[in-house]
Amino acid sequence: MGETKGMVGRILPVPSSQTPPRTLFEKIWDAHIVAAPEGQSALLYIDLHLVHEVTSPQAFDGLRASRREVRQPLRTVATVDHNIPTSPRGLPITDPIAARQIGALQKNCREFGVPLFDMDSADQGIVHVIGPELGITLPGMTIVCGDSHTSTHGAFGSLAFGIGTSEVEHVLATQCLPQKKPQTMLIQVRGKLAEGVTAKDLALGIIGEIGTDGATGHVIEYAGDAVRGLSMDGRMTLCNMSIEAGARAGLIAPDETTFAYSCGRRFAPKGKAWDEAVKYWRTLSSDPGAKFDKVVEIDAAALAPFVTWGTNPGMVAAITARVPEIKSFAHMHDRRAAEQALAYMGLDPGMPIKAIAVDRVFIGSCTNSRIEDLRAAARVVKGQHVNPKVRAMVVPGSQAIKRAAEKEGLHRIFLDAGFEWRESGCSMCLGMNPDILQPGERCASTSNRNFEGRQGRGGRTHLVSPMMAAAAAIAGHFTDIRDWQFQH
Amino acid sequence: MQPFRKHSGKAVPLDKVNVDTDQIIPKQFLKRIERSGFGEFLFYDWRFSERGEKVGDFVLHEPRHAKASILVAGKNFGCGSSREHAVWALADFGFRVVIAPSFADIFANNSLKNGLLTVRLNEDQVAEITRRAKEIENYELTVDLETMRVDDKHGFEAAFLMDEFSRHCLLHGLDDIGQTLVHEAEITAYEAKHPVSAEMETILGR
Repeated sequence: MGETKGMVGRILPVPSSQTPPRTLFEKIWDAHIVAAPEGQSALLYIDLHLVHEVTSPQAFDGLRASRREVRQPLRTVATVDHNIPTSPRGLPITDPIAARQIGALQKNCREFGVPLFDMDSADQGIVHVIGPELGITLPGMTIVCGDSHTSTHGAFGSLAFGIGTSEVEHVLATQCLPQKKPQTMLIQVRGKLAEGVTAKDLALGIIGEIGTDGATGHVIEYAGDAVRGLSMDGRMTLCNMSIEAGARAGLIAPDETTFAYSCGRRFAPKGKAWDEAVKYWRTLSSDPGAKFDKVVEIDAAALAPFVTWGTNPGMVAAITARVPEIKSFAHMHDRRAAEQALAYMGLDPGMPIKAIAVDRVFIGSCTNSRIEDLRAAARVVKGQHVNPKVRAMVVPGSQAIKRAAEKEGLHRIFLDAGFEWRESGCSMCLGMNPDILQPGERCASTSNRNFEGRQGRGGRTHLVSPMMAAAAAIAGHFTDIRDWQFQH
Repeated sequence: MQPFRKHSGKAVPLDKVNVDTDQIIPKQFLKRIERSGFGEFLFYDWRFSERGEKVGDFVLHEPRHAKASILVAGKNFGCGSSREHAVWALADFGFRVVIAPSFADIFANNSLKNGLLTVRLNEDQVAEITRRAKEIENYELTVDLETMRVDDKHGFEAAFLMDEFSRHCLLHGLDDIGQTLVHEAEITAYEAKHPVSAEMETILGR
């Protein structure tokens, strides 16, 4: 195989008739192998390492203890998102332990020369939102972060996966990771999503189908017309939830939609370098005949808006359905898990999903806090008012999204309807900051995990799309967005 | 890292599937910047009431399971968040081994870096160990990484699989950063071919 040098530094493979067909994953994998020592895992080069306050302090301490440097500070980008308050910026952080963790990241970034988009930065935001937004995340990269939702960046055709703190230290020190080669899974989504059925519903539908461990050990590639038809914001939502199916990563081959999104972003290549980059990125798709270890087919037209009823993202039902009967589960373990989940959630088997009333609504998180998510929710909310029994909040994914939404007047629509309009961060997705549920409170949430206590001890989380969450805020209970009377 | 060769200890049956890392170590304990001291927060919301009282019937509080060092759980153990704090909490509490039919990928990786052995046995074998741990007083298992076998003194015996490289690292307690840096020349050569982009070169000035 011949090679030519690309302007962004990636080697362009010249296809020859001898090259066996490869999947998109294999192409990215092969392009990043630094060494493949006999009998060991391959050593993979990491193009971009995203860092946040919660999973990094022990890693920086490890570097100090072994007198190591950050090998590539310019391939390392930090922000604060997990535990910061979403109250107006400039107010002091009242949680001293959170403040100490944020202080540790500031100190570590200064000491090791790592760029930090800090609390007061105009570019601060959820790490998985700002990477793409700033053009730091680009196709064909390897991207890691000490956060499982790193899979989000796979929407660009990047191999992006979550790692633990020991691996964070490893990448800081070496810019490489030894990795066992994962298996591959193709999820082919045929047909078109119906009006009101979003990328979030597609993700929940897939997890409901294959289970929360359905893709363990695999990198998923999402393909098919319904996936091609998604915007970048939608693709990020879909890839974000890959981890909830147990996948190592989720990927979508880059195309014109991808290039149009990234073109002109601040840290994306410009001019001739851009053209060269696009030329390389166009080679990043699975070859015809490439073999996947597993193939799953999904009929987009059969999907509905979904609502989770249990305590993991695989426990999901269509809005038109009912909470399942315990006897409907074949396996003893699943019956017991469903029983425990319903007891925790305070739901009765057989109850219509639409009859579930909510106390709180959260629109935000790395899954659904982007501008299109906010537009979709605002369209539902416009001219309506939040049910008096409900407290609802919108937390934009980044400062840039907040500004863009305010420019369009979306904040006005939310505020007029009685929503809170907050500063950017992870917020109530994981409740590390003051935004938490009280015991027994039930929340329609656009986030990614409905685990016990995830949004606050005793809190009950139902995962839904932004439109479904907005509609629940107005109605006071879940309602089918396909029947919604839009006021405009 | 502490090497792992062979371990005998009391086994405690958690008997739950899809145990996520939010349950293993709830988020309110992730704000600490240290690596130690997480054991007291292990399974916190299951072990303690909202007022901080012990939940007496939680399995880890049963006196017969005190000082257990082998945790037996259902499939997909450690799913969800990548928080390594989950592994630190298990290890700090005194666990050396977790046995389950399957593990989430990131959790398994994190375990490997901390000398916590994750052993995959099939559903029937895990069900059998669970039954024995519930019925037999002071039920002990021996997990041998050299022979890749699990057994007890009551006739249970099972083999498990693990990839050779992970096993090698665990047996010798190898520092993996050191191993990667053996390839310094290759890393440098790779970096020479793939420089940081002109745009990213400007990121610190912003």
